[in-house]
Amino acid sequence: MSAADRTPMGTPMGTPLRKVAVAVLIGFLLLLVNVNYVQVVQAKSLKNDPHNGRVLVQQFARPRGPIVVGGTSVARSVKTADALKYLRVYPDGERYAAVTGFYSFIYGATGLERAENSLLSGTDDRLALRRLSALLTGREPQGGAVVLTLDPKAQKAAVEGLGGRRGAVVALDPGTGAILAMASSPSYDPNPLSTHNGPSIRAAYQKLLADPDAPLLNRAISSTYPPGSLFKVVTAAAALSSGRYTPQTRVPAPTTLDLPQTTKSLGNFGGESCGDGRTDTIAHALQISCNTAFAGLGLSLGARTMAAQAAAFGLGKGYSVPLPVAPSVYPKNADPPSTAQAAIGQFDVRITPLQAAMIVAAVANHGTLMAPYLIQAVKAPDLSTLVVAKPHKLGTPVTPQVADQLTAMMQLVVERGTGRAAQIPGIAVAGKTGTAQHATGEPPHAWFGGFAPADSPKVAVAVLVEDGGGAGSDATGGRIAAPIARSVMEAVLDG
Amino acid sequence: MLVFAVVVVAAAYVNVGYARTGTIPPDTASYAAALGVLFLIAHLAVRFLAPYADPVLLPLVALLNGLGLVLIHRLDLAEADRARQAGRAVPRSDAPLQLVWTAIGVALFIATLLVVRDHRRLQRFTYTAMAAGIVLLLIPAVLPGRFSEVNGARIWIRVGGLSFQPGEAAKILLIIFFAGYFVAKRDLLSLMSRRVVGLDVPRGRDLGPVVVAWLASVAVLVVERDLGTSLLFFGIFVAMLYVATRKVSWVAIGALLFAGGAYLAYHLFGHVRDRVDVWLHPFRYASTTGYQLLQGLFGLANGGVFGTGLGQGRPDIVPFAKSDFITATIGEELGLAGLMAVLVIFLLISARGLRAGLGVRDDFGRLLATGLAFGFALQVFVVVGGVTRMIPLTGLTLPFLSYGGSSLVANWVLIALLLRISSAARQPALSLPVSGAGTAPLPPQRQAQPR
Repeated sequence: MSAADRTPMGTPMGTPLRKVAVAVLIGFLLLLVNVNYVQVVQAKSLKNDPHNGRVLVQQFARPRGPIVVGGTSVARSVKTADALKYLRVYPDGERYAAVTGFYSFIYGATGLERAENSLLSGTDDRLALRRLSALLTGREPQGGAVVLTLDPKAQKAAVEGLGGRRGAVVALDPGTGAILAMASSPSYDPNPLSTHNGPSIRAAYQKLLADPDAPLLNRAISSTYPPGSLFKVVTAAAALSSGRYTPQTRVPAPTTLDLPQTTKSLGNFGGESCGDGRTDTIAHALQISCNTAFAGLGLSLGARTMAAQAAAFGLGKGYSVPLPVAPSVYPKNADPPSTAQAAIGQFDVRITPLQAAMIVAAVANHGTLMAPYLIQAVKAPDLSTLVVAKPHKLGTPVTPQVADQLTAMMQLVVERGTGRAAQIPGIAVAGKTGTAQHATGEPPHAWFGGFAPADSPKVAVAVLVEDGGGAGSDATGGRIAAPIARSVMEAVLDG
Repeated sequence: MLVFAVVVVAAAYVNVGYARTGTIPPDTASYAAALGVLFLIAHLAVRFLAPYADPVLLPLVALLNGLGLVLIHRLDLAEADRARQAGRAVPRSDAPLQLVWTAIGVALFIATLLVVRDHRRLQRFTYTAMAAGIVLLLIPAVLPGRFSEVNGARIWIRVGGLSFQPGEAAKILLIIFFAGYFVAKRDLLSLMSRRVVGLDVPRGRDLGPVVVAWLASVAVLVVERDLGTSLLFFGIFVAMLYVATRKVSWVAIGALLFAGGAYLAYHLFGHVRDRVDVWLHPFRYASTTGYQLLQGLFGLANGGVFGTGLGQGRPDIVPFAKSDFITATIGEELGLAGLMAVLVIFLLISARGLRAGLGVRDDFGRLLATGLAFGFALQVFVVVGGVTRMIPLTGLTLPFLSYGGSSLVANWVLIALLLRISSAARQPALSLPVSGAGTAPLPPQRQAQPR
């Protein structure tokens, strides 16, 4: 250590001490930066974290906005005397549970209660100005109202049509994509889950969890099912769009079709033959739901064309309506036997009832697929409108010409084919049935997808009844699902 | 300033009461008076016993101590509410006990100023301090778990209903030892034989003490399962060694040893691994080991920029909100603004302590001040950094704010020592004209002339 290193006072520690001081300063600066990061930058995501119970406690302490259907609240908050201050009630709980979800301080929120939480609870940025004025005037901040696209009559018809059988109904306005009905069955009552009594909430929830019919599951958007023959609409669309076929083109329609590369063969429902036993027109094959004709069509169109048509109808993508919709699936790189199976909606094709409704809605809307949505408008607590839904296009899976050809073919299905149970007197209805095998020994799922009136569609609907609703192995989409679709369409058209 | 501190604390107390019951608590005046008298006595003691001491330190400390009392009182109320709602017996309030500890702290503060009339006399007790410090530190390790273990960390001495964390007292004793030891051995420790990649490297045998310190801190970590104390001691040791020897290589060696130790600890000990995992992925352990950290973060987020206001948040949701997690309570109810203010107060106290070290003329005093002030700052860094998820969480108290008698009393003694050193540093008879001193925390070094 040289003398020059020493300070005049003879203490050599001044410099390192200053460096220690700088280190301390840096340490504190890091802390200051970090608390800024946590309390400002991260604050929002931390507040919305599902593990964060304290925000829920706060949200209970102020009135939550209503969820409105057809001018009446299907979910609203009422004042209580207990510590949580407001109780969420669902006047028509079971009917709308698939949409509203529940609002529990133990299990959090589901459905729209969760998807639109920030707006309903009043923390949404769109309500910031009103929050500020509430703060300044000392009023209690309130949540905004969410007005739904649902048609109460259609919803009622959907729920009553399902009648507690496992299944789902989705009805759309084909021109806009507005969801007119969304029902999942069996449903549940959200009220017991939304009380303020911990033990009774737990008991109610455990009971629902233990139910083998899974009432908490929203079958309309969260489950995917093999579509069965309903998917022939997509195969027909691919065929007509290819330019190689018209509805009157005769295609091979044997009683059984040998699947290439395998020893298996594929037959028609009940072992029947189609057309003249060897060939059939595409239109007639759809009308009588001929498996071998469509499986053969799928084979000759090829895996790639089929996958592209499926994707154009919206399969493979998730949606937010704003409830999260599970993506429907068309198998990737299917080999020829699988393509043949997929063309009749078997093998690994799986779609949600909402996706089924979107397919028929696109046909109804002259080939244009609209994005589905549940929220018509968002209103501030003073009922001034903040946002109105703007329908938007997702794509054009088929041309208007092909859409019109498909519509005509689907009308024949309802007039004289498998979908006769969907007929409405005086109104032309278009539709397609589906009877989907999904497990050996299990009865097939019953499907119906259709729309009405066929010439200027106001409603498109898809109905799924799991396992044919217990009607046994001869349950078909035409017998089980079509009547439900008819009553939902009637409900919309009457109103 | 002291009056200001008491007024702020009284206002905070009124705020809590008003927010919770809508009325001004009737005992405000008496509480404020009690605190005021307590701090006034401390102030008078400083005036008489250390007349040239830094005038800023005591008001800052008084403000923190008072704020801590209010926060603990506020959490008492919340706990009582919860107990009543759940139909349980209302637990004992901690704030009155903390007030008693404050009084004891102030008493020991005055006693320290009385007994230690000149900090240089402490140098004589270098090895006594070492022995006492090590004994205190290791007692919990040798005691059976039921006397020493609380929530997994064996850092307590529990007798009857009383519990005491000897680490807090050991901290001060060991800083005294380090200061004395380094002053005596400084030249030896400064000897560097080789240069390796631009750093002077000490001879192998001179590495002895740093290795011993490292081993001791590892022992604390292993036996007492206390990450915080281990890190704190080692950090203080390295900083003081650096200041004593001016050799950056000691810092590098210390950092290397620490990194190696941390790596080994992570792989060898489950509790260390738990802490690190929770730090990296708190959401994965949201309902188990990460619950406390996450609840603290939720509290901080809930507070936002301006906080919920005293008495209006839910800091009681966070486990150990009164002690290790009082940072989260401050952040929630006083907001980012309040938490930053508190951090700045801690920074000022540390800076004032280091400044006393810069100003004092003897090496022992300088080292002692460094150790005390740096240790104080490091402790704040480790606790606040842990709660805000900047570094893995370790169990340490936040000086003067957290509930806990041993911490409070030890920190009062620590401040007394810093005041004693600052008084010596600022004594005009020995020093040069003190112009404008005390305005900036770290003014440029004055050009002093040899006496």
